[in-house]
Amino acid sequence: MTDAGWEALSNQAVAGAGVLYFLALLALLAELVVARRVAEPADATAYESGAAGGLTVAIGPDAEAPTDADDRRREAFFGRLGLLLTGLAVVVHGFALLCRGLAADPNRVPWGNMYEFTLSGTFWIALLFLVALRRFALAWMAPVVVGVVLSLLMLAVLVLYAPIAPLTEALNSPWLVIHVVAAIIATAAFTLGGISSVLYLLKSREGASSKGYLARVPAPADLDRLSYRLHAFAFPVWTFAVLIAGPIWAYEAWSRYWGWDPKEVWALITWVVYAAYLHARATAGWRGRKAAWLAIVGVATLWFNFVGINYFSSTSQHAYAAPASHHASPEVGNLLGESRT
Amino acid sequence: MAVETRERPAARRPGELTFVELLRWCWRQLTSMRTALVLLLLLALAAIPGSVIPQEEVDSLKASQWQDAHPDLTPVYERLGLFDVYGTPWFAAIYLLLTISLIGCFVPRIAVYAKALRSQPPATPRRLDRLPDHATYRTDETPDQVLARARALLAGQRIRRTDPDADSVSAERGQLREAGNLLFHVSVLVVMAGFAIGSLFGYQGGMIVVVGNGMSNDLTSYDDFNPGSLFGEEDLDDFYLDIEDFDVEWMTSGPAQGQARKFVSHVRYAEDGGEPEEYDLRVNHPLTIGDTGVFLIGHGYAPVITIRDGNGDVAYSGPTVFLPEDPSFRSIGVVKAPDARPQQIGLEGWFFPTYAFTEETGPFSVFGDAKNPAISMQAYVGDLGMDAGRSQSVYVLDKSDVELVESPDGSMFRVDLALGDTVDLPNGAGSVTFEGLERWNKLQVSQTPGRWLTLVGVVLALLGLLGSLFIRPRRTWVRARRDEQGDTLVEVAVLARAGGDDVSTVLADLLAALKQDEQDEQNEQDEQHEREEPR
Repeated sequence: MTDAGWEALSNQAVAGAGVLYFLALLALLAELVVARRVAEPADATAYESGAAGGLTVAIGPDAEAPTDADDRRREAFFGRLGLLLTGLAVVVHGFALLCRGLAADPNRVPWGNMYEFTLSGTFWIALLFLVALRRFALAWMAPVVVGVVLSLLMLAVLVLYAPIAPLTEALNSPWLVIHVVAAIIATAAFTLGGISSVLYLLKSREGASSKGYLARVPAPADLDRLSYRLHAFAFPVWTFAVLIAGPIWAYEAWSRYWGWDPKEVWALITWVVYAAYLHARATAGWRGRKAAWLAIVGVATLWFNFVGINYFSSTSQHAYAAPASHHASPEVGNLLGESRT
Repeated sequence: MAVETRERPAARRPGELTFVELLRWCWRQLTSMRTALVLLLLLALAAIPGSVIPQEEVDSLKASQWQDAHPDLTPVYERLGLFDVYGTPWFAAIYLLLTISLIGCFVPRIAVYAKALRSQPPATPRRLDRLPDHATYRTDETPDQVLARARALLAGQRIRRTDPDADSVSAERGQLREAGNLLFHVSVLVVMAGFAIGSLFGYQGGMIVVVGNGMSNDLTSYDDFNPGSLFGEEDLDDFYLDIEDFDVEWMTSGPAQGQARKFVSHVRYAEDGGEPEEYDLRVNHPLTIGDTGVFLIGHGYAPVITIRDGNGDVAYSGPTVFLPEDPSFRSIGVVKAPDARPQQIGLEGWFFPTYAFTEETGPFSVFGDAKNPAISMQAYVGDLGMDAGRSQSVYVLDKSDVELVESPDGSMFRVDLALGDTVDLPNGAGSVTFEGLERWNKLQVSQTPGRWLTLVGVVLALLGLLGSLFIRPRRTWVRARRDEQGDTLVEVAVLARAGGDDVSTVLADLLAALKQDEQDEQNEQDEQHEREEPR
């Protein structure tokens, strides 16, 4: 197959994955709607036994049992369908990445620009979620994760899309694989951790009386533990990505392992915020809500570094990660401003 | 409240501290985790301005451009050190306080840890059922049988030495977690030391070398040179390096059309007057000579331009470095002929590797490769200001004492030359010839002592981090004793000593293993302790 063929196939696979994520989201939302119906009758019957009227009146305690069982079966069906569709979407998503890599000449890893990085990042978020699903019983998290993945994927296609191009010379290094893979995995895990921290804050505010989706979310203590585990996984990976692999590559490419480049600075800021999060969990007066806020600040700095710095900073040597990659080729940027006397 | 029960010196008001007490109070505050947290967040906050405002150390050109564009803010920013955030006293204050806080926090912990390593696991608590994860069951085995099995099951852990007739086993595991924690914090100091050594004793320099020429490693070869404050000229490694040839491949199709790749500089170098060696210098593949690294970080064109003066003598001839301005390698440059007579001659303008022209755009370069090289410059005559002994950039023409050369009829005059062409300047001022085209390489040369120390430090920090996050310290107790009915009552408890650890499955596994010989009883007992132990 030609390179153009692979590229077209990749684009189609991204669209296919998007449709599958969307269907998965619909199924998961249907699960929530049915679950709500299952949860309600308890108070509804108490209420309706007094006040007659409306359509649900006919459902008395005796008539309710089979409907309830029906709904429960339907709820479980939609839940399984949603997860199955998510799994399918991840497979197609991975296939899209593979095609993207095969479309390049020479073939390469599919994370050479922001579109590809987002494509890979969302893939890892969904994949990590599926891997952790069984171990940590995360089915309740599925609607949020699929929603986030779908939104980011849409943004990538609509805003960040760039045609396939060979790597700029500075990116042509094995460290592109090591440094970026680690950064992407850490980003995905931090994002999942951020989601559970947000849910922790919402849930702990609502308390036991939470309704709707939050009623399905585990207790705050469990969310806190889950959030910690995700961060405990992501933090060493991030450390490796930005404080070991990154500096080694920076030394080979730019002659210094740490140069206070804006991207490096923000990677360090993210690292420091997450270090503060891990310490906060062990500090009286900080664990719980304050720690959760730190985790959210951390994920904000993480995504700002990925998106924001490319747009707002004029001095970053990481500028080629921006969509207009060939306008800021680093080998040109480095040369300006040198003077001889 | 019995406030006045103790007699205090009359001079001291309530809440007043002696100097030593004040110091101790300050120290306790500084080394508290809360302060460390605030300092960490301050460090993150203080790092932000340096990523937003152009930094002199990172990109001096951008910084000076920013300063020119913001004349009102610049003095304020300068006073705050916002153009060199990471070298300012206030930034240093944060990380130094953090370092002191860190040392003050972990040095006592090393002592505590050393003591804990030598001591026994703690004695079994009297009431195991007060622990969050515990279970009990009855068996007709003897207590000794149960305890022997418990010892065997917990053999991998540290077990408290007890009297032979003791009724319990106390075991502990995961003490390495704290070791990992301490290793991590010590390693952070190692990283900082390595970084400091690199900044103090190292240097970074850059130079542009025309292909076919070479450099010897002394200060005069460098175009820019940023030494650490303790770096001395004698620390420069003794070597020379010639760039013999330079290859580059231009993409002629596809979305990256016009992009250059596969730059290779074929260099020959020799260290300390030794045998010359050859190396293919590429981006991402630096050359290491002694302690020095040589990096290829850019390339461009050096048109060979000859200027003849009004007397017909050659006033300047040679390759002149032009700096690329865009991906098509339109390059800007200046040629100075201070020896030209009767008047000095200067040229300023562009080089286009693949020249093209339209009415709308004016001259531009289609492509980075030299397919149709041309220069388009303006000429100046007069005093170039080079005799005063002031140093000036070779890329800037001092126009204060020169005048623009115009055609005799007063219209604009440009030195527009294709390769090999010559143009006469008006009024017999001289002539300019575009003789040939050379290429140049930008080399970055640096010494970074301490970088291996930094690397070792950060790898150790990662190892320590892994230990401190994933080693789970737990204490396990098993007590077995005869109850009034003559059965053996077994109590088991597991205590998680690290946050985020869920030991309920550990407890269940241990119970299952302890009871493996009593399959009959098991079902009943399992139900019992599941009731006792809400998940």
